[in-house]
Amino acid sequence: MTTRFRQALNSGKFVITSEIGPPKGTNLEKMYQHIDLLKDKVDALNVTDHQSSVMRFPSMGGCLAVLENGGEPVLQMTCRDRNRIALQGDLLLAYSKGIKNVLCLTGDAVPVGDHRAAKGIFDLDSVQLLHLIRRLEGGTDFGGNELLGSVEFCTGATVTPEAIPLEPQLFKFEKKVDAGAEFFQTQAVYDLEKFTGFMQYARQFPVKILAGIVLLSSARMARYMTAHVPGINVPQNLIDELAQAPKGGALQKGIEIAGRMIATLKKESICDGVHIMAINREEAVPDILVAAGLPV
Amino acid sequence: MKSITKQKPFDEVEMLIEKFNRIYLIGCGTCATMTKTGGINEVRDLKKALQSRGKLITGCIVIPTACDEMTAEMVKENEKAVQDAQCIIVMACALGVQRVNSSWPKPVIPALDTLFIGMEESPGQFFEACDQCGQCILGETAGICPLTACHKGLLNGPCGGTNNGKCEVDPEKDCAFTLIYERLKEQDRLDLLRKYHPPKNYHVMPRPKRTVLLLERGS
Ligand code: SF4
Ligand code: SF4
Repeated sequence: MTTRFRQALNSGKFVITSEIGPPKGTNLEKMYQHIDLLKDKVDALNVTDHQSSVMRFPSMGGCLAVLENGGEPVLQMTCRDRNRIALQGDLLLAYSKGIKNVLCLTGDAVPVGDHRAAKGIFDLDSVQLLHLIRRLEGGTDFGGNELLGSVEFCTGATVTPEAIPLEPQLFKFEKKVDAGAEFFQTQAVYDLEKFTGFMQYARQFPVKILAGIVLLSSARMARYMTAHVPGINVPQNLIDELAQAPKGGALQKGIEIAGRMIATLKKESICDGVHIMAINREEAVPDILVAAGLPV
Repeated sequence: MKSITKQKPFDEVEMLIEKFNRIYLIGCGTCATMTKTGGINEVRDLKKALQSRGKLITGCIVIPTACDEMTAEMVKENEKAVQDAQCIIVMACALGVQRVNSSWPKPVIPALDTLFIGMEESPGQFFEACDQCGQCILGETAGICPLTACHKGLLNGPCGGTNNGKCEVDPEKDCAFTLIYERLKEQDRLDLLRKYHPPKNYHVMPRPKRTVLLLERGS
């Protein structure tokens, strides 16, 4: 068995993924609109798992909605809220419903979210979750007991190419490769020269790398991310470009920057594709694709 | 090693003793004295505060080490004042509270919150060094415990939140894996950081944990 997304990854084409952030509540209208807007324009749609430790409609629910609408979902799965029993149960459910791509994440710390007193589980970490999936695929659970019907997933993970210090990050990246990760969606990259350096290293491994593209909507956001978001570094020339945009035109400029970066990554075959994150601005994704000169 | 405590808000203590008018007070001469949460001065302050709210303090004492078995003797020695009280407030860590609780049948009320078992880094600065997990991995982590030094207790390396060597939950705190990495690098043992650690057994000794020491005679 192979998933549509795995086929795309192995086809040699420049792969495009994006993501859906489910709502806080049961009004799913906007989420369905975003799915409808994006499902045919990308190779797969990630659905975030209580991103930033903020409680929302779950990733699994979002993935089912993507499937229902004919899209290809990537289930984001963090280790923050579930122990190994619950993770395995959810993987069985996902597989049985046709959700066959999983992005394995450790998950953000609980105190950065909106339920700061909740217990952080972290029974497993992202590397162990990848191992767990490969174990399930072998027909037994993590306790060594036989499964009545097993699973098969296309599994991925994340990497921060500009982490400081970098070496421990790369060791972990290699552990994820060894654990069977087939694709990586990276933390946002802005400095293509540095990213090219990372790719020279990463190319030695048999995995597909999708560069993280986070839409910049203003110079303020770019400065904020550089100062506060781990592993994100927006170079000064991009911040200046955003700051110089005409009033009300910063978002348009951000779309242009993202499009330009994607076009370069593709033209110079720097990596295997991109993962576009337009946090809370999903409707801007088609514009980014147009700006990148990609078919929409 | 010290049991690190902080004082409960007075309102909370008041709420816990709402129904009691006659109270006996116990402090601790070891950890709680050092952290200035339950030594002689703090016992005196709490005594005054309670008296000003109309409570009768039948007696008070600072036991040298409230958690050890001598506590039962001390309580006995002061039997009259203790018997006269309706409850005992203990200004010691939770071990002291439970020791008193097992030596006396009436209600025992904690006045402190126990935060962690800490090791002193520099005078007055304590950090949590061990979670008593039952399967020590310090031999592979450069002597730094990721279960306690990493906010998420990860085993296989830094999460995506590591930021310039600091932890995503608090820029004042070091990321455990930067510390482990630097130390292993100094020791030329970085291969240890490449090793896969399978999930931990969280029930090496299932709770409630108990053990009986087999003490050899005459050795
Ligand atoms: S690994 Fe950490 S928590 Fe476990 S025994 Fe060693 S120091 Fe303590
Ligand atoms: S930043 Fe470092 S210490 Fe903090 S949770 Fe992540 S890995 Fe653990």
